[in-house]
Amino acid sequence: MPCIITGQIFFMKEVIAFYPILIDGTITTIILTVLSAILALAISFVVGLSRISKFKIVRVLAIIYLEFFRGSSALVQMFFIYFVLPMWGIYFDALTAGVIAIGCNLGAYGSEVVRGGVLAVGKEQHEASLALNYSPYKRYRHVIIPQAIPVMIPTFGNLLIELLKLTAVASLITISDLTFMAHIIRVQTALTLEPFLVILVIYFIIASILVKIVDIIAKKFSRGRNIMIAGEN
Amino acid sequence: MNNIITFDKVSKSFGELKVLDQLNLEVKDGEKLALIGPSGSGKTTILRILMTLETIDSGFVSVNNEYLWHEKINDKVLPATDKHLQKMRDQIGMVFQQFNLFPHLTAIENVKQPQILVKKKNESEAKEKAEDLFNMIGLSDKIDHYPHQLSGGQQQRVAIARALAMDPKIMLFDEVTSALDPELVDEVLAVLRKLAADSDTTMLTVTHEMNFAQDFADRVLFFDAGQIVESGSPKELFSNPREERTKSFLRKFI
Ligand SMILES: Nc1ncnc2c1ncn2[C@@H]1O[C@H](COP(=O)(O)OP(=O)(O)OP(=O)(O)O)[C@@H](O)[C@H]1O
Ligand SMILES: [Mg+2]
Repeated sequence: MPCIITGQIFFMKEVIAFYPILIDGTITTIILTVLSAILALAISFVVGLSRISKFKIVRVLAIIYLEFFRGSSALVQMFFIYFVLPMWGIYFDALTAGVIAIGCNLGAYGSEVVRGGVLAVGKEQHEASLALNYSPYKRYRHVIIPQAIPVMIPTFGNLLIELLKLTAVASLITISDLTFMAHIIRVQTALTLEPFLVILVIYFIIASILVKIVDIIAKKFSRGRNIMIAGEN
Repeated sequence: MNNIITFDKVSKSFGELKVLDQLNLEVKDGEKLALIGPSGSGKTTILRILMTLETIDSGFVSVNNEYLWHEKINDKVLPATDKHLQKMRDQIGMVFQQFNLFPHLTAIENVKQPQILVKKKNESEAKEKAEDLFNMIGLSDKIDHYPHQLSGGQQQRVAIARALAMDPKIMLFDEVTSALDPELVDEVLAVLRKLAADSDTTMLTVTHEMNFAQDFADRVLFFDAGQIVESGSPKELFSNPREERTKSFLRKFI
């Protein structure tokens, strides 16, 4: 069906004509991704480390958090924050609501990554730092977590891509991200395939860039175990 | 001379297994002690109790005239708090069989970091001390290598430097050469021999190297089943063991 294909190439131009809002949408998606990722990362460490706290109450609270956010839909959590909380006098703008919902949700998954990474560091590293009289804080800060981070990074990378994909639901609470813009273009041009094809490609490009960035960070953090120092041999 | 370490009727079990049974042990300040004995006799456990890596079930351990696992508060003897253990640990250093260097830090960072974090030294003091120690262990050309870039013998020498950098009164060595290829054993033992000769630090070493024990130690203890079977100068114990159990153990090494 060559005519349909040529027709689509033709209509692509109409979609591309909307590039200013596509750029806006891309920027919003990136902002939403970055802010949610920062929140998710912070929550990952707080909840993940709480899971191995010596205080039972802290561990229990962390498990409740994990099960709650992992066990319910991010979309519903977002609706709850944006539509329900205002009924109790708690207002968030759409972007903040989106960041909180996505950050809290991915933070739950991330906490498992942190916990797993920290538990993967051997008992002998704990004993060596204890023998050198490191306080528990210094032990985790300077010995255990630095060794756990390289273990965590690849899985964090996967979660970051999940997070990017999840940001698409934010259009449902009026955040004008890429997906939101695609809907606008669809309404204005009466085209369906083209706008979504275009944002599909843009999402893919953003994801590829994120993968690249995670790779660079992974290299930076894997010093010691895998990376050879300059000038060796 | 003063006893720097005393074990007073110390018992320790792992589940059903009684590893130390009412053990009494005294170590004099500055003494170099070698612990020998069959596998599973509790030698490592003694060092780990001193390093506060293992608790005791009963009895008293004293280090430098203070209880290690207990604290005297208003004439009552109570289990030691974390704070007390931290204070006591400051006097003790340990070198492990598997080196246990920090793999994410270079050799010199391994030796500097604990000085800076625990002894509150500044960067240049820590560096100076580290460089002196690398000179002593003969690894000045490898200070910027990561542990995985060093041989086992080199890693173990760095681990010795790391423990020494903290200026402990008591050093514990747990079979520090038994994870090494035979050709790397001597370089590590040479460092320990030099240490034993030059320093007045109290040293306890668990070893299966009888020749080394002979040069290193002022006194050798033969352990079996959580009890000291026999103790004496290396010369006495190796050439003239009194107990049958000691004799049969030593026979395996000749
Ligand atoms: N954490 C533990 N849990 C259970 N059993 C343990 C534990 N640590 C040591 N043991 C047991 O206690 C006994 C004494 O152990 P220890 O390591 O002190 O012996 P050792 O004299 O150092 O022996 P080796 O020469 O083999 O190193 C052994 O039977 C060992 O299996
Ligand atoms: Mg042992």
